Amino acid sequence: MREVLDPWMFVYAAYAIGIGGTAIMVAWSLMAMRGAERRRERSREG
Amino acid sequence: MPATPTPAKSAPIMHGFANPARFVRLARWLMPLLLVSGIVIAAAALAWGLFVAPADGLQGETVRILYIHVPAAWLGMGGWMAIAVASLVELVWRHPLAGIAARAAAVPGAVYTVFCLITGSLWGRPAWGAWWVWDGRLTSMLVLLFLYFGYLALADASSEAQGGSRLAAIFGLVGAINIPVIHYSVLWWNSLHQPPSISLGRSAMAPDFLWPLLAATIGFSLIFGGVVLARMRAILADVQAEARLRRKARNGAGAGAWSDA
Repeated sequence: MREVLDPWMFVYAAYAIGIGGTAIMVAWSLMAMRGAERRRERSREG
Repeated sequence: MPATPTPAKSAPIMHGFANPARFVRLARWLMPLLLVSGIVIAAAALAWGLFVAPADGLQGETVRILYIHVPAAWLGMGGWMAIAVASLVELVWRHPLAGIAARAAAVPGAVYTVFCLITGSLWGRPAWGAWWVWDGRLTSMLVLLFLYFGYLALADASSEAQGGSRLAAIFGLVGAINIPVIHYSVLWWNSLHQPPSISLGRSAMAPDFLWPLLAATIGFSLIFGGVVLARMRAILADVQAEARLRRKARNGAGAGAWSDA
């Protein structure tokens, strides 16, 4: 018997991983950058 | 009379960007520009691929995974090439920002390699009837992910040990041997994976699929560039903060020793 798969389910899952993962990576990198630059400023002041 | 030795022209240009303050000034406007333009182009390309581009006659709607999977594969391999080139520059010319650039490219490179493997698996299930097959292309891509893990561990260890990142740089260069293996794997060995559809100057892909794919690849590449610059700024700021704190601690200890005497 031939298995019937809904192709859209796979397409949406791939897009969710690509878009969601990229958004998380961008946000994480920006937060890491801000945090590190704040630490540098504090080390300058203290 | 012997000719006066003149430095190679590329070296002064390259070392012009070795000044961290100059790099930060450049990255301050270039990073948001790359991120914003990349997000806009990638979003438009993905919408184009999802809603406008046609379905494939053979593969049906699942062909739309192409617009995520191919840019992810390109950036997974491109990320390692960036590590290899930066490592070479670090080892040969001792450029102070090259090691930082290599470390900054490793995380996004590894992330896109993971995306490539997962989206490939999601494409393989309806297309081949299998989530995974141990063929040359898939296996060499998995090896690339393990190389990224190894590089990240080495780079972290060498930064903690304050011993420079020469070992990580050598690993980055040697690991580049896997890139042609990935590229030619579909030609060298029998594979379920299709051979390359796009090579320099020609494409076997219909324009309806090719243009949104090129747009998505450009968009994600710009995002990748923006993330690398953000991570470079983060690593640089951490290095500067640590050096400053160490200097203060040393001066404080010196002053303490004088006051005790």
